[in-house]
Amino acid sequence: MLGLDKKDTTLLIVVAVLALFAPFLLNPFPTESALAQFNAGYPDLMQRFVIFGIFAIGFNILFGLTGYLSFGHAAFLGVGSYAAVWMFKLLGYNVVPGIILSVIVAGVFALLIGFISLRRSGIYFSILTLAFAQMSFAMAYSVLTPITNGETGLQVYSSDNPLFQTATDPNVPHLFGLVMRESYTMKVGAWSFSFNNGYYLCAILMLVAFYISIRIFRSPFGLMLRAVKSNQQRMNYTGLSARPYTLAAFVISGMYAGLAGGLLASMDPLAGAERMQWTASGEVVLMTILGGAGTLIGPVLGAGFIKYFENIFSKINESTLHGWFSWLPDPIEDPLVWLLEHFIGGGWALTLGTLFMLVVIFLPGGLVEGGQRIGRLISGKSRGTEDETGKPAATSHPAE
Amino acid sequence: MDDIILQILNGLDKGSAYALIALGLTLIFGTLGVVNFAHGALFMIGAFCAVTLQKLLSLERIEVSATEKTAWGTPLEIKTPYAELWFGHDFGAAIIDWSVPLAILFAIPVMLAIGYVMERGLIKHFYKRPHADQILVTFGLAIVLQELIKHYYGANPIPTPAPSAFRGSFDFGVLLGFDAGSIIYPYWRMVYFAFSAVIIGAVFAFLQFTTFGMVVRAGMADRETVGLLGINIDRRFTIMFGLAAAVAGLAGVMYTPINSPNYHMGMDFLVLSFVVVVVGGMGSLPGAVLAGFLLGILESFASYSPIKNFFETWLFLPSIDQIIIYLVAIIILLTRPRGLMGRKGVMED
Amino acid sequence: MGILEVKNVNKRFGGLQALGNVNLSVAENTVHAIIGPNGAGKSTLLNVLVGKLIPDTGSVMFDGKSVLGRAPYEINQMGISRVFQTPEIFGDLTVMENMMIPCFAKRDGAFELNPLASVGKQTDIVERAEQMLIDMKMIDKRHMHAASMSRGDKRRLEIGMCLSQQPRLLLLDEPTAGMARADTNNTIDLLKQIKAERDITIAIIEHDMHVVFSLAERITVLAQGTPLVEDTPDKIKGHPKVREAYLGESA
Repeated sequence: MLGLDKKDTTLLIVVAVLALFAPFLLNPFPTESALAQFNAGYPDLMQRFVIFGIFAIGFNILFGLTGYLSFGHAAFLGVGSYAAVWMFKLLGYNVVPGIILSVIVAGVFALLIGFISLRRSGIYFSILTLAFAQMSFAMAYSVLTPITNGETGLQVYSSDNPLFQTATDPNVPHLFGLVMRESYTMKVGAWSFSFNNGYYLCAILMLVAFYISIRIFRSPFGLMLRAVKSNQQRMNYTGLSARPYTLAAFVISGMYAGLAGGLLASMDPLAGAERMQWTASGEVVLMTILGGAGTLIGPVLGAGFIKYFENIFSKINESTLHGWFSWLPDPIEDPLVWLLEHFIGGGWALTLGTLFMLVVIFLPGGLVEGGQRIGRLISGKSRGTEDETGKPAATSHPAE
Repeated sequence: MDDIILQILNGLDKGSAYALIALGLTLIFGTLGVVNFAHGALFMIGAFCAVTLQKLLSLERIEVSATEKTAWGTPLEIKTPYAELWFGHDFGAAIIDWSVPLAILFAIPVMLAIGYVMERGLIKHFYKRPHADQILVTFGLAIVLQELIKHYYGANPIPTPAPSAFRGSFDFGVLLGFDAGSIIYPYWRMVYFAFSAVIIGAVFAFLQFTTFGMVVRAGMADRETVGLLGINIDRRFTIMFGLAAAVAGLAGVMYTPINSPNYHMGMDFLVLSFVVVVVGGMGSLPGAVLAGFLLGILESFASYSPIKNFFETWLFLPSIDQIIIYLVAIIILLTRPRGLMGRKGVMED
Repeated sequence: MGILEVKNVNKRFGGLQALGNVNLSVAENTVHAIIGPNGAGKSTLLNVLVGKLIPDTGSVMFDGKSVLGRAPYEINQMGISRVFQTPEIFGDLTVMENMMIPCFAKRDGAFELNPLASVGKQTDIVERAEQMLIDMKMIDKRHMHAASMSRGDKRRLEIGMCLSQQPRLLLLDEPTAGMARADTNNTIDLLKQIKAERDITIAIIEHDMHVVFSLAERITVLAQGTPLVEDTPDKIKGHPKVREAYLGESA
C-alpha cells in the first residue's frame, strides 16, 4: 500500500491507529480516580507528543541514517515558530500559510547552516551546529529583536491588522474556521475524552511526516545516507559524492524541525528564543537515541516517552511521594523520598540528564533495541542464530 | 589609544577563562581522545567550590542576648561567624574576606577527586566508543551536574566578592601618561590574568620538563606507539584528566568575583571554549591558549562602542559583540579548517 | 598510447624525493603490475593516480583526461575503480546493499535526489547486483551483514563492487596483503577469471612476487621513486638491476 512493503504498511497502520485513537488510549483512568494524574489524554500534551514526534522523526533522518550528530536542531524549530507567528501577524490566523512558510524558512536556514557545517564531519560538525544554534539564540535575543521581539517573544498584537483577517474569522489560530484550541469532549460514564482540533491536525501531519520518513528510509537516497555512515572512504571511491547527500538529509531534517516549530506556534501563537537553546537541541537528540536512532518507530516512541514523563514528573511533589511510599518503614521511606525528590517537580532536567547517560551507557540502541532484546529472551532465540538465518544485526537495520 | 588599551585589558580576563578551559579540553582530547562536553560543568563546579567555602566560613553562631533588646523589643540576636570565634576576631574576619583565594586550596582536592571519579567511573568506558557517544554521555553528565548545583544553590547568581584589598581599581591612565581615569582596571582582573598566566605556564612547564609530560606529549602525537612501548598509559590518562579538571576548577574559583556564579555558567563558557579550541586548532595546546586570548580580546573590541556603532550603521549588524566569536569561528573554519595552529591529520574529517 | 599515461611525475616531501621523474604507460586490456621494495614510492604513486596527492610536476592522464586535482568520486566516475589494501566495504549494510550502491552510482552518477523512490522497485539495479553476486559466487550470502564475513569474502565483495561499475581500469593496492596462502590463491584465481571474462585493464601495486608473476603481463619495477625497468615477467625475473634493487645483490 502507498508504495510500501507489507511490514512497513503494517507499521504505518499501527501508528495511524494509535494516533487517531490517542484520546481514548491516553485516558485509561476515570477522571475522578487517584490514577487520573497518569492520564495523558488532554489536548496540550497530546499535541506535544505528535509535534515532538515530527521533530524527532526529522532529526533521525539526519542522525540515524548518516550518523552526523547535530547539536543545533532547535534553531530550525525556533525559526519555524517565528515564521508561523509572522504569518499570523501579517496575513491572519489561518494556520496554512504559517505552516508552509515555517517549513520553507527552516529549509532555507538549514541549507545555509548545513552548507557551512558539513564542510567538516565528526565532532567538528557537532560543535559547528552547536555554535550556530547558540548564535541564532543570541541573535534572537538581541540583534534580531525587530523580528523576534527579543525576550518578550513574538506574538500577535491587536494593532497588527493582518491582511486577510476578517471580522468573522476566529481571533485565534484556525484552519479555515476550525479553531485549533477547541475540543469536543465526550463523556462515557466516569471517563472523559477530549478530541482536539489542533491535535488532529498535528497527528495527520505527523502521519504524513512518518510516511515520508519510511519512504526515505527505503529509497536509494536513504541507502546512500546509510552508506555515508558506514564508510565514507568507500563511498567516495565508488563514485558518490557524500556532501550533497548529507546536505540534502540536513535540509530535510531541518524542514521537519521547521514544521514542528510551525505547529507549536499554530497551537499556541507565541514564539520565544528559548526554543532555540542548546537544551532544546539536546532534548531532540535524547528523544531519538532513547527511542532508537536509525529505526523508524524509535524517534516517535522516544518523543512520546519523554514528553509523557516530563508531564508526569513535573506534576509529582514531595507529598505525593510520601503518599506512595508511606507503606515503607520511615528509615527507608525518608531517604528514598529525599533521593527521588531531586528528580520531580522542577527537577525534570536532572531526570533528563540522568536518562541521557543511562541510555548511552546501557542501551545505545534505545527502546527499540531493548524491546528486541526482551523479545529474543522470550522467544529463546539467540542473536547469533538470527544472524546466520540471514537477518542483519538489529541495530543497523532500519526495519521496525 | 587609551581606549584600545582598555579594550585589550578588558578582553584579558574573559580570554584567560577561555584559554584555561580550552587548555583542559585540548589536553583531554589530545591524550584521551575524548570530547568532554562536561568540561564547562567542571569550571562551574570550581566556581561553586568558592561559593561553598565562603558559605561555610560565614556560618554564624546565633546567641540571644539576655540584656539587649532590639528596637522592636524582641531580644537581640548576636551573630558571630564561627571563624571569628575559633580564630579570633581579626584573623577570622580576614579568613572570610579571603575566602575566594583560600578556595583554591579547597578546590584542588575536590576537583582532582571529581576528575578521578569521572574518568575511572565513566569516561574510561568510552575510549573506544564513537565520538558521538562520548559527546552524548558527557552532555548528559553536564546536565546532571548543573541541575544538581541548581537544586542545592538555586537559580540566582550568588555574589562572591574578592578580598577587600583587591576590590578597587588601578588607574593605568596615569601610569601610561594618559588622562587620569581613562584606563581604569579592577585589581582582581589583574590578579585573574596573572593567575591564569601562572597556571598556563605551570601546565606547559609540566608537559615540557617532566618525564610524565614527555610521555603525554608523545601520546598526543601518536597514541598507539606510546601504548606499544609498554608505558602504563592508562594511569597517566587518569592523572591528565584530574589535572584538566583541576585547571578548569581553578579557573572557575578565581572567576567568581568577576561574574557572580550561577548554575548555567559552565554551559555558557563551554560552547565558546569549544569554538576557541576549534579556532586554535584541535589538539594544539598553544593554539588553544592563543585563540582563547585572541577571542576574548576580540569580543571586548566588538563591544567597544565606536566599533559596535560602525557595524550597526554600515553593516546592519547591531550587537556585534554577541556573535563576533561565532562569526570569526565560521570564517576561520571555512578558510583554514585546521584552525590557527592545528596539525595536519588531527581530526581532519 | 596507453589508457593510463603518467608523464614526468615528481613529488618531494621536504628533503625526500618520493617520486623522481616517473613515466609509466598502462596499455589497455593488460594486467600491469608495479612492484618495488618498501619505500620505493609505490603508495605515493598510487595516491597520485587516485588524485589524493598532487605531484610537483608532470601529468597523469586517464583516457586522454587529466586526473590531477579531481575528487576521488570524480575519478571513479571517469572509469577507475580502486580496491584497497584492507577491504573497504560498507560494514553496516548487507552484502546485497553493498553491491547495489555501486550499481546506483554507475546508473545515477555522483548524486541523485530520489528520496521517495523504492530500492526494491529498481529492478534493473536489483538484477544487476544479483548477477554480480552470482558471478562472485556470493549470492547465498546476500542477506549477511557485510562486516561479519571473512576477510577473503570481504575482498571478493569489494572486487565485485568495483567490477559492477564496469570500470575501464581496476586499481588494486596489495590485494593479498595479510592474507593466508589459500585466500591469496583464491584471489589470484578470481582476478585471472575476471581478466579472462571481460575487457578490463588492471593495474596492481604489489610486493608479493608470487601474485605478480601469476598475473601480470607487464611489470614496472620502482626503486627509490624511479622506474628501473619495465618489461614482461619473464625478462624481469632474471634482470640484474631488479635483483639488485630487491635483494641488495651486487650481481
